[in-house]
Amino acid sequence: MAKHALRLVAVAYVLFLLVLPVILIIWRTFGDGLAPFVEALTSPSALHAFKVTLTVAGWAVVANTVFGVVTAILLVRHQFPGKQLLGAFIDLPMAVSPVVVGLALILVYGRFAPFGGLLESWGIQVIFSTPGMVLATVFVALPLVVRAIVPVLEELGDEQEQAAHTLGASRLQTFVRITLPGIRWALGYGIVLCLARSLGEYGAVAVVSGRLVDQTQTLTLFVEERFQNFDQPAAFAAATALALIAVVTLLLTKLLRPKDRIDGN
Amino acid sequence: MTREVTAITVRPARRLAGGTAAGLGVAVIYLSLIVLIPLAAVVWRSADQGPGYFWRSVTTPDAWAALTLTIGASALVALINLVMGTAIAWVLVRDRFPGRRVLDTIIDLPFALPTIVAGLVLLALYGPQSPLGINLAYSRAGVVLALMFVTLPFVVRTVQPVLLELDTEMEQAAASLGAGPFQTFRRVILPNLVPAMLSGTALAFTRAISEFGSTVLISGNLPFKTQVAAVNIFSQIEGDNTTGAAAISTVLLVVALVALVSLDVLQRWGRRRG
Amino acid sequence: MAIEVRDVNKSFGTTPVLHDVSLDVAAGSLTALLGPSGGGKSTLLRVIAGLERPDTGTVRISGVDATRLSPQRRNVGFVFQHYAAFKHLTVFRNVAFGLEIRKRPKAEIRKRVMELLELVHLEKLADRYPSQLSGGQRQRMALARALAVEPQVLLLDEPFGALDAQVRKELRTWLRRLHDEVHVTTVFVTHDQEEAIEVADTIVVLAGGEVVQAGSPGEVYDNPANPFVMRFLGPVTEIGGSLVRPHDIEISPGPVEGGSPAVVSRVVRLGFEVRVEVKVGGHDAWVQVTREQADRLGLGPGDTIHLRPVPGARSLALAL
Repeated sequence: MAKHALRLVAVAYVLFLLVLPVILIIWRTFGDGLAPFVEALTSPSALHAFKVTLTVAGWAVVANTVFGVVTAILLVRHQFPGKQLLGAFIDLPMAVSPVVVGLALILVYGRFAPFGGLLESWGIQVIFSTPGMVLATVFVALPLVVRAIVPVLEELGDEQEQAAHTLGASRLQTFVRITLPGIRWALGYGIVLCLARSLGEYGAVAVVSGRLVDQTQTLTLFVEERFQNFDQPAAFAAATALALIAVVTLLLTKLLRPKDRIDGN
Repeated sequence: MTREVTAITVRPARRLAGGTAAGLGVAVIYLSLIVLIPLAAVVWRSADQGPGYFWRSVTTPDAWAALTLTIGASALVALINLVMGTAIAWVLVRDRFPGRRVLDTIIDLPFALPTIVAGLVLLALYGPQSPLGINLAYSRAGVVLALMFVTLPFVVRTVQPVLLELDTEMEQAAASLGAGPFQTFRRVILPNLVPAMLSGTALAFTRAISEFGSTVLISGNLPFKTQVAAVNIFSQIEGDNTTGAAAISTVLLVVALVALVSLDVLQRWGRRRG
Repeated sequence: MAIEVRDVNKSFGTTPVLHDVSLDVAAGSLTALLGPSGGGKSTLLRVIAGLERPDTGTVRISGVDATRLSPQRRNVGFVFQHYAAFKHLTVFRNVAFGLEIRKRPKAEIRKRVMELLELVHLEKLADRYPSQLSGGQRQRMALARALAVEPQVLLLDEPFGALDAQVRKELRTWLRRLHDEVHVTTVFVTHDQEEAIEVADTIVVLAGGEVVQAGSPGEVYDNPANPFVMRFLGPVTEIGGSLVRPHDIEISPGPVEGGSPAVVSRVVRLGFEVRVEVKVGGHDAWVQVTREQADRLGLGPGDTIHLRPVPGARSLALAL
């Protein structure tokens, strides 16, 4: 009896907190058929928001993937003083509010900050422009790739890499032919997580973008702005699009989750 | 003798290998430019007009209300997660019913769903147009609801693996020694879960105090009533008061770090017992 | 000499692992590095391969100073205890790896790999993945992979350590035969003295990070340099203040010249051989005799007998 009660409570909690709200918004979006959805998402503002979102997320994912692979290899395969500290700093973004991330970047890269002013004199505008949004997105998604790869690299061990060295492979050849295939599922998992986080970032981007419609407006900013301007259909359509991306992400990560694939070929 | 002397003098000093140094350089510069220097700038800015100004910025009526609401609501949400997260993890590991795997997948939805969308979907079900007739918009309950949504996975995902690895023989042993189901749970299972439960709760708390996006739409951001700290910081940035924003940000950072350090201590404690 | 190691020292942190190690390995030989675990033998092998860099000292391979060369440029074949199979590549691609790195023509690679797979009896499993092989098969694949690049020396780190006893015995004989066919200078690490004696033509005993003795299996077994080597290479027992092999002891019912009196405490029959446990001079010792000898002597617990080493037996006096 107690078992069934517990099951009921758990399922009801998840149902009312997560499932019903998401289903409701999808239902509201498609309540009048597919046409309003398509129309709302193909308006010039929406298309521009898509473009900005993809640009920012694309750069952030590339940067964090390169950094993630380098750092994970560093943390697992190399010895150096301050290793634990580096590991702790990697996780720091998890504890920082997105708004604080935005503020932090403004204080360093803003027009009136020393460093931002210098960049501005070189003709590079960071805040209220794409570079700042990329920085903000990189910040919030920074630990994801590293943390996805580290356990798999540890599990993999370095014997295969040593074997490749003794067979004449250079560092680069060993990385491309041995290490990378060994971590490919974990890397895919990390990249998907990073991409989802980047596409969905709101707070940090809201601060550094200046929220300029048709200029620095991402999809998440579009949702908020349309909703505040009483354009519910557009807000719901964009939210549904983002929710669908989230669901796809969820299924992808389920597929790629490293612990299931460690010995797979 | 001479050989020993040369052996010592010729031995090369401990030096980083070329690849390590290059990789470390790249990683440290990247991390510094994007994370460390900006965060240091926040702390620096919060202090640059003296401790008196810092204190006044944090204790302005609206900032203080936002901070107390944030910490209070986060503590409440952490507590709800402690109970509900453990219950859900238990159901996912020990119960068998159709749809269990779907439930297991859905738990991660708040990690994947953009926060602004989370706020919007909650407002759709629990706002003025609620089909259930429950309107939590612009209320503190709405804030708590939003925080519950975004923090749901933390406790579930920390307790679940521990529960999976928990040896059922231990419970059978307890039963064979005459313990009833409740006693077995309290004396055998719970002590093994507590470290994971607490660390999940600490993570949920840290996430809750820094939350912004999901509360924006449902809370209405009413100062003194539903405005959380992150929204207060946001409005101060908009009003060009970066020093005040930095002061509140610093408080949030410190509270988060305290929570995470205690989490680390808890994990060490758990590992020692494990 | 195929490998010349001179005065190599190596520490990990503050722990010294190799101390002034010098070693010559003759071209075409099959050498065993034998010793207890923690004796430094695996580290020495990894120093030869370039996987560890010595703090001081030099390593020459085929006359060339290789001390500062990366493993990539040494052209050594290295076989790891746990195989280090490339999990994401088939058996064929594993063996072909070194040749692909060297950019050999496809046809040549194919021919060479198939030859090697035949040599190690894996030709039928070329398209399998390592996870589909048994431990012994993986080890043979690792050997073929190391041999594919025609290394100047072949180095094996506890090659059979992770296998069960039966497969271990088979692979030992097989390695010996393979070496007779391929003739590549081979060094392998083992802590199993039986394995070293059976397979190697030279044994180097390493203990406490130093070379204790080097020589043919016969020399090392019959003329151990010190009690440690004698104990490590085979069974020993102690009578009259000397270490003796238990099968090198003569039992007489009555007093004999140079004999020590002993009292039988137990007689254990182990198939063909019989183990006679005795008390001699206040401590325990044992003698190995054949069943026929035991029957002739008619030994039983409590009997008093006299023991002495057989003529020509090697014994080492223990310092008192």
